[in-house]
Amino acid sequence: MSANATTPDVIAAKAPRAGVGGRAGRLLRGALRTRRGQIGLLLTLVVVGIAFLGPLFAGNPTALHGGPFEAPGGQAGALGGDSLGRSVLDRVLDGGWRILLISAAATAMAIVLGSVAGVVAAYRGGFADTVIMRTVDVLLGIPSLVFVLMLLSVVGSHAWLVIVGVGLTQAPQVARVLRAAAQDVSERDYVKAVAAWGVPPRTVIRRHVIPSLLTPLMVECALRLSFSIILVASLSFLGLGTQPPTADWGVMINENRVGLAQNVWGVLAPAILLATLAVGTNMFSDAIARANLSSGPAGDPTLQMALSASNVAEGDEPVGLEAIDEGSQ
Amino acid sequence: MAPPATAEVQRPPESEEEEGARWWQSPIAQMVWKRALLGILTLVLIAVIVYFATTVLPGDAATAILGQSATPARVAKVEAELGLEQPVVQRFVEWFGHAIRGDFGTSLSAAAPVGSHGGSAKEAVTKLVNEKLLNSVVLIGVTAIVSTLLGILAGMYAAFRRDGVFDTGGSVAALIASALPEFVVAIFVVMLFAVNVFAWFPALSLLPPGESILSHLNMLVLPVLALVIVTTPYVFRMTRGAMIEVLDTDYVEFARMKGVSPRKIAFRHALPNALAPVIQVVGLNLLYLAGGIVLVEAIFSYPGVGLALVEAINGRDVPTIQYIVLMLAVFYVILNIVTDVGVLLVTPRRRYPRS
Amino acid sequence: MSAADSGAGAAASGRRRPEVEVTDLAVRVERTEVPIVEGVSFSIEAGKTLGLVGESGSGKSTVAVGLLGYARRGLEIVSGTVRIGDTDILALDQKGLRGARGRIVSYVPQDPAAGLNPAHRLGPQLREAITAHEDLPKEQLEERVTELLESVDLPPTKRILRSYPHQISGGQQQRIAIAIAFACRPRLIVLDEPTTGLDVTTQRHILATIDELARVHDAAAVYVSHDLAAVAEVATDTAVMYAGRIVEQAPTARLFATPRHPYTAGLLASAPSAEEAHRLVGIEGHPPRPGNWPGGCAYADRCPRALPECRAAVPKLVEESPGQLVRCINPVPTEATSEVNLAVPVPAAVAASALAVRGLVADYSGTRVLHDIELTVPLGQTTAVVGESGSGKTTLARCLVGLHSSWQGEVLLGDRTESLRQAAAARSSEELREMQYIFQNPFGSLNPTMTVVENVEEPLRHFKRLSRSERRARAIEALETVSLGAAFADTMPGRMSGGERQRVAVARALVVEPSVLVCDEITSALDVSVQALLVEQLRDLQMERNLSMVFITHNLAVVRSIAQNMIVLQQGRIVEQGSVDAVLGNPQHPYTRQLLEDLPRLEARAGSRQVA
Repeated sequence: MSANATTPDVIAAKAPRAGVGGRAGRLLRGALRTRRGQIGLLLTLVVVGIAFLGPLFAGNPTALHGGPFEAPGGQAGALGGDSLGRSVLDRVLDGGWRILLISAAATAMAIVLGSVAGVVAAYRGGFADTVIMRTVDVLLGIPSLVFVLMLLSVVGSHAWLVIVGVGLTQAPQVARVLRAAAQDVSERDYVKAVAAWGVPPRTVIRRHVIPSLLTPLMVECALRLSFSIILVASLSFLGLGTQPPTADWGVMINENRVGLAQNVWGVLAPAILLATLAVGTNMFSDAIARANLSSGPAGDPTLQMALSASNVAEGDEPVGLEAIDEGSQ
Repeated sequence: MAPPATAEVQRPPESEEEEGARWWQSPIAQMVWKRALLGILTLVLIAVIVYFATTVLPGDAATAILGQSATPARVAKVEAELGLEQPVVQRFVEWFGHAIRGDFGTSLSAAAPVGSHGGSAKEAVTKLVNEKLLNSVVLIGVTAIVSTLLGILAGMYAAFRRDGVFDTGGSVAALIASALPEFVVAIFVVMLFAVNVFAWFPALSLLPPGESILSHLNMLVLPVLALVIVTTPYVFRMTRGAMIEVLDTDYVEFARMKGVSPRKIAFRHALPNALAPVIQVVGLNLLYLAGGIVLVEAIFSYPGVGLALVEAINGRDVPTIQYIVLMLAVFYVILNIVTDVGVLLVTPRRRYPRS
Repeated sequence: MSAADSGAGAAASGRRRPEVEVTDLAVRVERTEVPIVEGVSFSIEAGKTLGLVGESGSGKSTVAVGLLGYARRGLEIVSGTVRIGDTDILALDQKGLRGARGRIVSYVPQDPAAGLNPAHRLGPQLREAITAHEDLPKEQLEERVTELLESVDLPPTKRILRSYPHQISGGQQQRIAIAIAFACRPRLIVLDEPTTGLDVTTQRHILATIDELARVHDAAAVYVSHDLAAVAEVATDTAVMYAGRIVEQAPTARLFATPRHPYTAGLLASAPSAEEAHRLVGIEGHPPRPGNWPGGCAYADRCPRALPECRAAVPKLVEESPGQLVRCINPVPTEATSEVNLAVPVPAAVAASALAVRGLVADYSGTRVLHDIELTVPLGQTTAVVGESGSGKTTLARCLVGLHSSWQGEVLLGDRTESLRQAAAARSSEELREMQYIFQNPFGSLNPTMTVVENVEEPLRHFKRLSRSERRARAIEALETVSLGAAFADTMPGRMSGGERQRVAVARALVVEPSVLVCDEITSALDVSVQALLVEQLRDLQMERNLSMVFITHNLAVVRSIAQNMIVLQQGRIVEQGSVDAVLGNPQHPYTRQLLEDLPRLEARAGSRQVA
């Protein structure tokens, strides 16, 4: 920082750069300070670890090891055999990474598409807004799962199509949230103040609006990932995602549920992993949203204002508010 | 100019009866008109998407319907049936014209007409699907009633005992339940109540043909339970949040200062003001259920529209797919209007504008 | 407390037993046990009003609701008694409390728009106030409701009973709230800032109604307010609160004439007067937050009379002069004469104008909101724009700076002969730089995601080509001119108080060296001691830099203090204009006269009663 040259060291030492990266980090750290955030991240990391490291330890997931639904501990390994006599353990270890990669790609697509559409709709207004929001409405008019199923049923099951389909169903939500947030921010006095200097709209958006959208964007990322994982796994379960005989947690649950009474692990193991992953990502997104509530400067402007406005009002709450909220979780 | 001294005691605005406004000028009617028009536009656009996604996307429709191993002769026959040699737009217009008159063509699925006519008999898509509609309506309806009541009561209780054991436990349970994929929930429900732990209910809802689900209520329990588990958390969270916010307002404080009883504070002063977001979330839940029944019906082989859709997709039965997806879209549009009217009804500020 | 000096009944029976007696009320945060209010005691006789004065965070509102045995969420009443008549409110159980609230002691909320339930019509809300305590047959109930409405000067029509709260005006809402509070003829009525946010005329009417009702019912009242003048007008006795404790308490006239606690004296010195312009002496620093109360006197850190002993222990509330209790070991002497020069420096009169507005008309979504506005700001002087809510004064400000663009007419900046363009985007960079706008709400006008210094640097980025270090240096310099200095540079606005933020906003405007400042109600969200500091700061800057200002406000006393010229707006039209001395000294238009007459003032009571 060149500013150091002209200012005393004392100040430079405690100067936090308020860049976007810095605030994202602060928000994440805030989330990790909550119990919910810690548990959420832990659960997510455990499942992600199993999904990506699993293949290194897995035997051949399509090899046959005896009769169907063999009890655990036999030829088929610690978790027994599946509907065709393959090792449940090997298939569980190999069956997660595709879901994760596909979900991550779909989430990325949804976030990029949705946030661009949302911000453009908020800023262009008028015709662009109408077109974008109509499209959003239309896409929301078909349930996500049904929409992707419809695409897959005709074109056939391809990973890229799952990504595009899931991305398309998640993008409208992102667009809605970001459009609302951008509109909200642009109504604030500090944005108007900049407009009163004659600063061009493009600069206003880049310097003042986009940084304020960071919080909703991060919450959306985690939330959309969570939904994408569910959708992708559901598609596999219905037989339209990953195709047999490739190992996949969703596929496994479907294949092995007829043998629940003989070997419960063929269903239970992938179900537990999927459940843990979904709960983990969801808890983490919840923790980010909450971190925003309690964090000071990095926080969402809306909430900051609500909190500080009570300071101006003649009521004597400020005391209560802060004292109380700091204590909780 | 009125002297300032009396300016303050201005006339209160006319109440709605005296305004002389026609009913169709009321905010509700105006909103319904506007929404209905927008809804129709949305439906037309959805119809375009559905039609093009199912018939024009890469992956030739006839082959898709018949599978890769189809003989050229059969492919040609199906193509002729679908009218594939005509231009796309003309085909769409024709299809759409039939569709709005309720004619979606005949089912292409070989499995569909199990009835008396024998193997190759064609059944109207609408007839085949409508037979299953009631079962799905029962499933969605029962789920919605149970999850709404449960969610509102639990949410209110948690808000009143904020940070208590029930509130903390309930919030964690809601977080977990709302995160779980519904097919995983359904599988857990099957394991727990049908196969591995208790064997209280059937794992599959195999309804004898021609009978109503209402005469086999035991088959309804597990599908409903699975859907209630995934939908209730949303109602619970929203009710709790809205109630907490309302309980912190000045008017609830003022009501307490008047010496109003806690029960009246809860149901008369707080709840009506918390209803708007709750109605919205119930609407969202119903929309969600429209998609959620697909997985749950598939798992329980529950004879409803969702299962029909999965079967149609597996059998590449394009007309059936088109009909069901459009039906879901109509449901979406109508439900959106109903939700908005509901919100308007519980928000006097918007119902009677200050003029 | 002073002996009864009026009241026929009192004279006969000698000394009356106080109707309300509060002893040692203490409230704290439940979880952390941090005290919010401590050792509050007072008594009120029937028919009398106690004013409870304090700035934000002083605990006055907490005491107010405590009188109803109520603690806001997260707080708890730990000790004390509140005796009203023969009932000890704090000894009651939940059921007993419900019976007492509204019947023995009732409450008028601060913001009636928020206090009335938006989901119900007014009729049921009024009826409920009665039926919560009495079972009345329908006819009698309706009779009582009619009576109540008439007692607060509202027409008892079906129409008003069938209205929703949002359909009536703020003044009417407050009347309904007062009617509810008096519904069961309580012995004590607690008014929590009942006129904040209302226009002075409405405020005057509301205060008169309360006075009348309290007299008719012979009820005691507690009037909580941050507005010294309003308290001076309604209260027989006044208690001043600071950091959760009463620091001074006396008959109102005596308190305002001869304040003994340095904080009371400071508050009075901060308050501007509509009668004459004098320098406002604010109080530097801010009150300690609960949890950070110092060991001794909480005011010691800001007190000009502080002694080392002040920090040793909390001083006792002692009777310094008859009827005047003061919590201070070094009170202000009674014969204190101010040695500070309070004369206001006046900018030299000049012919040149910094800003001239000719024939401005403006529309807001199709309706004309400003008609034919003429306004001149002489170079280096301040012109005030005065009006109540809805007068169009903020729209005028936004037209000037180009945030509102549907207007016609001429706005001439400096010695230019051509009018500014309507929208900011169409104006030249130089024009935009020369006129800077400061927003009303200091909590919304700074970007919360940037540090203080980054906020101040923002206009420099746009108007000047400077190196990074040069920019920062200039921004810090601007912060220093508003006495914030480099220490605040890297904090986030979210961590600052309202007064500090407003100073940052001033610094941000000054950093580009404008010639005209447009200040839109910039002190209305601030406490009076903070307002004084900001006003004086602006005055000094104006003298130093020959700044010209358009000062928009509803507060006539502030106008007297800072402006040389003024216009009075009513419903978008100028009804009176001229020099401040002329307009306020000899108002011509009935509207201006009314505004001045309705303005509550400290002098009224302090002057008249003191002599007697």
